[in-house]
Amino acid sequence: MKILVPVKRVIDYNVKVRVKGDGTGVDLANVKMSMNPFDEIAVEEAIRLKEAGVATEVIAVSIGVKQAQETLRTALAMGADRAILVVAADAPEQDIEPLAVAKILAKVVEAEQPQMVLCGKQAIDNDMNATGQMLSALLGWSQATFASEVKIEGEHAQVTREVDGGLQTISVKLPAIVSVDLRLNEPRYASLPNIMKAKKKPLDEKTAGDYGVDVSPRLEVVRTAEPPARQGGMMVGSVDELVEKLKDLGVV
Amino acid sequence: MPKDMQGHGPELGQFDWSDPFLIETQLDEDERMLRDAARAFADDKLAPRVTEAYREETADPSIFREMGEAGLLGVTVEEELGGLGASYVTYGLIAREVERIDSGYRSMMSVQSSLVIYPIDAYGSDEQRKKYLPGLCSGELIGCFGLTEPDAGSDPAGMKTVAKKIDGGYRLSGSKMWISNAPFADVFVVWAKSEAHDGKIRGFVLEKGMKGLSAPKIGGKLSLRASTTGEIVMDGVEVGEDALLPGVQGLKGPFGCLNRARYGISWGAMGAAEACWFAARQYGLDRKQFNRPLAQTQLFQKKLADMQTEIALGLQGSLRLGRLMDEGRASPELVSLMKRNNCGKALEIARQARDMHGGNGISEEFHVMRHMINLETVNTYEGTHDVHALILGRAQTGLQAFF
Repeated sequence: MKILVPVKRVIDYNVKVRVKGDGTGVDLANVKMSMNPFDEIAVEEAIRLKEAGVATEVIAVSIGVKQAQETLRTALAMGADRAILVVAADAPEQDIEPLAVAKILAKVVEAEQPQMVLCGKQAIDNDMNATGQMLSALLGWSQATFASEVKIEGEHAQVTREVDGGLQTISVKLPAIVSVDLRLNEPRYASLPNIMKAKKKPLDEKTAGDYGVDVSPRLEVVRTAEPPARQGGMMVGSVDELVEKLKDLGVV
Repeated sequence: MPKDMQGHGPELGQFDWSDPFLIETQLDEDERMLRDAARAFADDKLAPRVTEAYREETADPSIFREMGEAGLLGVTVEEELGGLGASYVTYGLIAREVERIDSGYRSMMSVQSSLVIYPIDAYGSDEQRKKYLPGLCSGELIGCFGLTEPDAGSDPAGMKTVAKKIDGGYRLSGSKMWISNAPFADVFVVWAKSEAHDGKIRGFVLEKGMKGLSAPKIGGKLSLRASTTGEIVMDGVEVGEDALLPGVQGLKGPFGCLNRARYGISWGAMGAAEACWFAARQYGLDRKQFNRPLAQTQLFQKKLADMQTEIALGLQGSLRLGRLMDEGRASPELVSLMKRNNCGKALEIARQARDMHGGNGISEEFHVMRHMINLETVNTYEGTHDVHALILGRAQTGLQAFF
């Protein structure tokens, strides 16, 4: 079984994100970029399926700027077998929207014929949570989102999903799209020798044009703003005072 | 100059307080990835055990195997012999990450890499390289390096250890002092005056268990307590001809090793200094006295500025030295300059950081005092601050002032 894992290059989760002065987006100059943490979990799961003898090949794919090849190298160093870089943007500020990503992925799937696409449930930069679902619709494949456990049983995948208030286990027919949640696994660190070996693994470079997909944005960012600073609280002396304050605020 | 030339406008670039020279952008993709992997290893495997190891004065020998598995040993050795096949810049970046946790752990790694793996790789026969390098790179074998003696420290030419020619080999007698890793070492690279070579200094590879070879631990160290140090006692240790390192004779043998280790130390010391600087800055932001953070006082900020400046310059210097190493153009004197500068500055930074932590600074929980005491050794071993000054003094006056 071949597994395709899309990975996105995003601002590192440790970076304190700053909104640009003109509100058009966030500042990406000299900012550390890394693999989207949910995608790391997807890569880890694919590698574990390979180590368990279930998967035969793990292919990582990234769509975006040329520097996304660093993200792919990380996936290769973790254990993916080969990588495909689809250059679709000139600058990191140019976010490729979920529909365009899904359309390109659909073409990659057509070419590679994987039995499963394992992807992060969302990217931590824009939190869209849409690409996996759109890809499923474009391909007409089954989908299982927010996976916290994945088991392959014959022609089906048993996927435990994190839903409001508990867990739900569903069985989806392969081929399928599985989007992964935080608790599925703990991704490994790439060891230094594996980083060196990853340099010798194949990394194909394509462009969005190769797949005939128009990546021009359909959405317009109206404004980007930092969350309002938290206001200081106040101490109340008694329950009566609390009730009074709440009444003043019009909440009771 | 044309008006539209970049950098000519009124706007300059943005300042990254933690990386003023934007060293990050001077590294290539491999170097950054390897550095990040080393950092993850250090945070994951070394940081959790250091406080207890230091308190109890115990070095865990399994660290070598863990470092080997992670690829931290033999960074510059070719892949066929179990190494990483990476650059000297990468070696330096790894030293910085390990010493960010503890100088003792970095010492264990430096000795294995630069003082044991390097001489066998550079001066050894093919048989010696094949016999020892894979095990040393994987950490299955632990190595140590014997140059310093009880009466020969800064003056290694005064060593008393001798190798007498016997039938089919040599008999070594003498003792070595302050030898990192010695008590649990499997492989001993020892330097001795060889009578069969006109009394010239030659390198020998000894193995644990040889008759007459022992390595007692030196206890009571107040510094580098998370690494183990011992003596090497050679009471007529007999070795075959195949124990001699054929590729080098004279002091340039050990100095070739030391230059590589000292280069790594220049990076490592900055790692310890950065740990102290970041800790002091954070402490100053968190700790409020007289209704304001300590970091809002002029004395505190002056100290932070000094730390930032010295670390920025030190790292930039080490990076330049590393690039020259990779191009084969680095001079031993420049290695002395960077080792001396960065160790001395790191020690001063650690002392300041200890001071800025107030009373909390003496607690093991805040780590700065451990770094401070460790750096006393780092500033002393592999050429003291003063001895490196003599190397630099001789280089610019032509007059030696050692004796």
